[in-house]
Amino acid sequence: MSWRQSSQGASRWLVNGALIGATALTLAPLAWMLSVSFMTRGEAAAFPPPLVPTRPTLANYVELFTVLGVGRHLVNSLLLAGAVTALSLLFNLAAGYAFAKLRFAGRDALFRGLLGALVIPLQVAMMPLFLMMKSLGLVNTYWGVIVPSLASVFGVFLVRQYARSIPDELIEAARIDGAGEWRIFFSIVLPLLRPIIATLAILTFLTCWNDFMWPLIVLSGDAQQTMPVALASLSREHVQDNELMMAGAVVTVLPVLLLFLALQRHYLQGLMLGGVKG
Amino acid sequence: MKVERVAWTFVAPALAVIGLFFVLPVIAALLLSLTDFDLYALADTSNLRFTGLRNYIDTLHTPLFWEALANTLYFVGVGVPLSMLVSLGTALLLDSKLARFKGFFRTALFAPVVTTVVAVAVIWRYLFNTQYGLVNYALTSLGFGAIDWLGDANWSMPTIILFAVWKNFGYNMIILLAGLQAIPGELYEAARIDGASAWQRLRHVTLPMLAPTLLLVAIITVAGYFQLFAEPYVMTRGGPLRSTTSVLYYMYEEGFRWWNLGRASAIAFLLFALILAVTAGLLRFARGSRAA
Repeated sequence: MSWRQSSQGASRWLVNGALIGATALTLAPLAWMLSVSFMTRGEAAAFPPPLVPTRPTLANYVELFTVLGVGRHLVNSLLLAGAVTALSLLFNLAAGYAFAKLRFAGRDALFRGLLGALVIPLQVAMMPLFLMMKSLGLVNTYWGVIVPSLASVFGVFLVRQYARSIPDELIEAARIDGAGEWRIFFSIVLPLLRPIIATLAILTFLTCWNDFMWPLIVLSGDAQQTMPVALASLSREHVQDNELMMAGAVVTVLPVLLLFLALQRHYLQGLMLGGVKG
Repeated sequence: MKVERVAWTFVAPALAVIGLFFVLPVIAALLLSLTDFDLYALADTSNLRFTGLRNYIDTLHTPLFWEALANTLYFVGVGVPLSMLVSLGTALLLDSKLARFKGFFRTALFAPVVTTVVAVAVIWRYLFNTQYGLVNYALTSLGFGAIDWLGDANWSMPTIILFAVWKNFGYNMIILLAGLQAIPGELYEAARIDGASAWQRLRHVTLPMLAPTLLLVAIITVAGYFQLFAEPYVMTRGGPLRSTTSVLYYMYEEGFRWWNLGRASAIAFLLFALILAVTAGLLRFARGSRAA
């Protein structure tokens, strides 16, 4: 009896100890990033590496925003992620709802085709897409990033899965009452889809904010560059300026990390619902 | 009839975007890969010629492609199992009845997933700095020698693998956790009554019940890890000695540095074919082991 109890106590220590250890290892790089970003220039280039700044300073952040003009890239990222999120929500919601609830010829075959497209890596399309954007004059404009992201197979799929749970009777009853299809969509369906709207909005915003390869290709001009692309090129020039680059990393990561912390319930739910892709 | 028309207006915008900016470019990429589209064709399309399978044959005869492929397979072959092991381990810990503050641990362990690859790669570049990095400080304090993590061709890929595991394990952890929570508690109870130890319960109850989820996670992870790009771009620029040049990095250089867009498209299709083949192999393996 007492052996069982003490063995359970030991397992409890083991499980929680392992969790604390794993969490510490996971968060340590982020905590260190924050700490080093407040150090004075050159302070971090010492051995042993300092863990906390001796005289905390905001100088790195000031230099980022004044000398290096990072504010512009931050605004670019915010604008792009915001626009893509708002517009693609509209496109994906309408299509996802129609695939789930409205009958039309060829619906199921079309949907299967869309799902099939999910296996193709995005990079396959990149070379022709770049040529298309170039001939449309959209290279080095915000539209070069926005237009291809206006709808996504994954978004349509996620909305459809959720919209299937809306009872047909509800929509049918509204039709009998004489409501038009648009009215049904805006005043009955959308309110019911609210949870998935939240989920998809966060997923889209984060994906767009963190996206690297396509913005790197289509926005080569400095003025339009997003925060991650700007940080990548800064970090190639300022290899030795650890403190400055850590501040840059904080500025890049903090918006999405805060967004995730504020809305994590919706995010994690969506992940389990979709079961695929981020 | 009216519903049908409305339905089409609902799906048309999304389908138009996906068709025009994804499906069409994919088809165009297939055609592009059969041409010698390069810098001259970019300036004037009259320089464009149809070359058949030339790009594919040339690519397969380029040593650098095989190097990039070997590096990518190294990254996938070591990174995916390691990543899944960490995901499974943390998911099991979070699922344990003995664990406290589950919500906090879950969120904290997931945090790296939402961070920006470029930004956290900058952090890791510094963490693994040969002279001033925390990792080497820890190693030397423990009596080991310092390692030139990103400067030594033997260590660069392991460093990037560690980075990728740290960045990505939380994602699969959440999906596996959902799978674990769906296993009925009676199964564990029955196994316990039969006198099964914790290890036996894990082997004969948890893992078989989790197999479909594990397969799904494996497929997503393999497909994702084959698309390695931003990590070497920021941390090593494909070096040292090309040891971290991935297939996608090679495609990017061919396509957007040297503007050989035909060649780059062929590389993209070769990568796509490889991902399909490995995925099909995984599915077949899963089906085989279930039948056995």
